[in-house]
Parts: sequence; C-alpha cells; structure tokens
Amino acid sequence: MNNTTNNGREVVISATNLTKQFGDFIATNAISFEVYKGEIFGFLGANGAGKTTAMKMLCGLSSPSRGSATVAGFDVSTESEKIKRNIGYMSQKFSLYEDLTVTENIRFYAGIYGLSIPVIKEKTNVLLQQLNMESQRNVLVKALPLGWKQKLAFSIAIIHDPAVVFLDEPTGGVDPITRREFWEMIYSAANRGTTAFVTTHYMDEAEYCNRISIMVDGKIEALGTPSDLKKEFNSVTMDDVFLKLARNAKRIGD
Amino acid sequence: MIFAENISKSYKSKTEEVKALLSINLDIPKGEMFGVIGPDGAGKTSLFRILTTLLLADSGTASINGLDIVKEYAKIRQQIGYMPGRFSLYQDLTVEENLQFFATIFNTSIEENYSLIKDIYEQIAPFKDRRAGQLSGGMKQKLALSCALIHRPEVLFLDEPTTGVDAVSRKEFWQMLQKLKGDGLTILVSTPYMDEAEQCDRIALIQEGKILMNNSPEKVKSSFSDPLFAIRTNKMYQLLHDLRDHQLVQSAHIFGEDIHISSSQINESEIVKALQSKGHSDVLLKQIDPSIEDVFIKLLMHAENHEQHN
Repeated sequence: MNNTTNNGREVVISATNLTKQFGDFIATNAISFEVYKGEIFGFLGANGAGKTTAMKMLCGLSSPSRGSATVAGFDVSTESEKIKRNIGYMSQKFSLYEDLTVTENIRFYAGIYGLSIPVIKEKTNVLLQQLNMESQRNVLVKALPLGWKQKLAFSIAIIHDPAVVFLDEPTGGVDPITRREFWEMIYSAANRGTTAFVTTHYMDEAEYCNRISIMVDGKIEALGTPSDLKKEFNSVTMDDVFLKLARNAKRIGD
Repeated sequence: MIFAENISKSYKSKTEEVKALLSINLDIPKGEMFGVIGPDGAGKTSLFRILTTLLLADSGTASINGLDIVKEYAKIRQQIGYMPGRFSLYQDLTVEENLQFFATIFNTSIEENYSLIKDIYEQIAPFKDRRAGQLSGGMKQKLALSCALIHRPEVLFLDEPTTGVDAVSRKEFWQMLQKLKGDGLTILVSTPYMDEAEQCDRIALIQEGKILMNNSPEKVKSSFSDPLFAIRTNKMYQLLHDLRDHQLVQSAHIFGEDIHISSSQINESEIVKALQSKGHSDVLLKQIDPSIEDVFIKLLMHAENHEQHN
C-alpha cells in the first residue's frame, strides 16, 4: 500500500498493460493507468469499449490474460479475495434488498464484510444520523424514495471503510438536488481518503470527477482532468470530447 | 395535437396513496417536439400511459388530434406510435420479424411505409436476422423506434428513449428525432437528462406529479433572474462549505468541476477576498449564463421551502 508516485501521492489502483482476451477478441487491450488515494476517477467508454471487462478484473472477479494490476496494494491475479474485502461496490441497477428494512440491509452488508455486532450497531446509528433517516430505520427499503435509496446504498457500500469504492452510473435518473447531495457524499468520502472509481455513460456525471479516462475499442485513448481534456480536444463540453473519440470506434455495441 | 386539462392520477395501496399526477395541463401544436423533463418517479410514465390510452386518469380530460382519450381510444391507437421506457419488443423474434409483426397488426407492410424508417432501419438492417434480445442498447433503441413508426403515426410518444445508451447512440438518436420532426411528426419525449432538453421546442419540468415550468428552453433559462457565477479553487470540497457559510451567497451547488453560486447582491471581490482568507488559492470566479439544470434546482428548492412553510 506504500506505493507512491514521484508527485508524492499514494497510488491505490495501478494497472500495467492489463489485458483480457476471449478467443481472438481482445476486450481490454493493454491498458495502463494509476489512480490515487482520495481521488474521484471517471472510467468512461462507449458500449462495448471494454469498460466492464476492465472493471471486473480490478474488482478481482476476472483474471487478466496478460499484464498486471494492483488494487489497494493487492495483486488482481493472485490476491483477488483480499481485493474483494477492501473494495465497495454500488450500481444503480443493484444495490439494496427491497424486502429488507433499512437496518436489516445495513446489518446484512456490514456482516458480510466481517464487521462485529457492536461495530455494526455503532455504524448503523452514525449512518442513520448522517442521512437524517433515524425515523426510517424499520421501514422496508422498497418504500423509500429513489433518492434516499441511492444515498443509503452508497453509505452501505463504504460501511467497511474500503480503500476504493466502485460506482456504476451512481446518479442516473435522480433529481438534480438529490444528485448533488449524492456527489457531496462522494466528495466527503474522498476527502476522508476513500478513492471513488466511477463508470458512467453520462458526460455531465463525468464532469464531477477529478480525472477521467476514456476507452475506445479496448484501449485508453484519453486521460486527464475534465478541463485538460476539453483543452486537448478543443471542445466546450465533455460530451463533445467523448464524441470526437468514440466516433472512431470500430466495435459496434456490446 | 396533444391537449390535456387537469389530468390527475393517484395509485392507492392498503396503507397509502401515491399522487402520481396533479392537474397536468398541456397544449402541444402539430409538428412540435415537446420534452417532459424530470427524475425517476416524477410521473412521466403515468402521463405517457394516460395519453397513449393505456391507463385511465382519475380526473381531467385529454385529446390527441381532437380525439378523446377515453371515448375514442381505438382511433387514437391507429394514429400514435409509442416507445415505452422498458424495451418491449419480442426478444425471441429477429429484428425483421419484430418489424413485420408490428406492420401486420396495423394492417400495413414494411414496404408501404419504408420511406419513413429507411434512414433508421438501414443502420440495423445488417443484423436483421439477429434476435432482438441479442442486440446492443443502441440497436435495440433503433429497432424500437422503427417499430413505433412502421404504421406512419402522426404523433410519437417516446418514454425515456435514451436511458442506458451511450453518448454516441444518444446523439444519433436525437438527430433521428429532429429529422422525424422535419417530416411533420408531433413528438412527445421524456428524459431525466437536462442536456437533452435543449433539443426540444418546448419543455415541461416535472417533479412529484406537478409541472413546475412549461416553456421554451430559452425562456426557461431566462427565467433565472439573479446573477449566476461559476467558481473553483484548489480545495473544492472545503469551498462548498465556505460558500454556504458566506452571508452574501444564497445558494451554492456543485456543477461538475465548478460550484455555481447565485445571489442578487453578490460582490465578486469580497467573496474572492473572503475565500483567500480561508486558505483558498487559485480562486477562479466568472459570471455565467444559467443552464436548464440551474433553473430546475431553483424551482425544486422553492417547492421544498414552500412545503416547509405549509
């Protein structure tokens, strides 16, 4: 974990020529990048660009064909179980169990990550207080408004203080105020040292990230801050940057 | 072409009543592209289902092309095309079989109306023997649009057509819609994405079943009367809290790399000075034009305050 770069920042994710090949098809083609502690990193690409495959490798769910990567100091090829304990994951599609109450969901996930009963109790109280949801503790998750669900899901995804939290289109479909409350939670977690690795289709969501990478046909074609990328591609919006890169894609869809 | 007056709808369960739509009024002329912009759960789908004659409103009246949505629903169904939010084609039929199916139930043929869908269908024609379930998101969307158009409708209802598809497909999709509008179709389209609102002639911002504003994108943006500034420094998270503590700042919201602040009585140099004294360097402050999202946030804040006062 004491991996530092020459700019003095601690490296939390490091990929070197990370590759995944299925038969003749190279889904992720020798990608190399670093993500720092406390950074919000946007991982973008069109459908079929190889994002999901790359993310599966970084989460320890799929083994690389070639190249290497470390996440939170652990090797994705040989220490995938340790990686799973040190990361959090939240997606818009799947996050919480609808038929469990708020506290049951917290207890379930915290238990899976091996937190002790007293710690779970304490964390539950702090979390519900922060979210202003104390009166909802025994409410079934399916009865909560979407925005509350999303915020609860994020809090639960980081309940074990992971080094990295993977977020898949975290704020799609929520209203603009809830979306901002959500990003403030991500900023707050990043401020406390958690790295956020965000995948999304929506460029306005990407603008909230400190740095962004854009994948096209299995390779990372651009990487930088949103402002730097806009300058580099002579564009006013990230949407335009993305379109300039993704229009050259040879692969169609997923 | 699309007219609605005081449309309301609520869903009742044993324990509670959810008000999905509250007195919705719409008047959309022929040939207009009208956008319903709002988050999940705002009531967009209920509104679409009522106007497409698939769901009965609790109260209010509506008509499509002069036809009443309750009494003349059968005639309406011949004249409208509907692309629901969830992919609803037959996954086990091929691309061509799906299109054939929809043409047949409307007593027409692919050949008869091919000119309308030609540009769209040609993009998926190389995959015409593939099952619909095996298509990518962008191609499913093109097929669904082709099927909604195959009987040459006068009005097109598109419920969140771009949710879950990538930026390239999204862009292509809006280009297709602009072309259809050019052919004279009236289009009602919903989306949770503010940037897509700019593509419409007029938009309704909708939240919790209520239309908060209904106007052209330009007029919606110009309704934001206070000066608006974008600000960034070297410490963004702290900046947000420092700005909210500042008495001259009425609202502060994160917008990508910037924070937007608005105030009727802002003093630029005073704010910069105050931030520098709190340890911010590289303070960048500039006045900007409001976006539709800025307006939506302001309307939502206003609605929330109003509720608290009641």
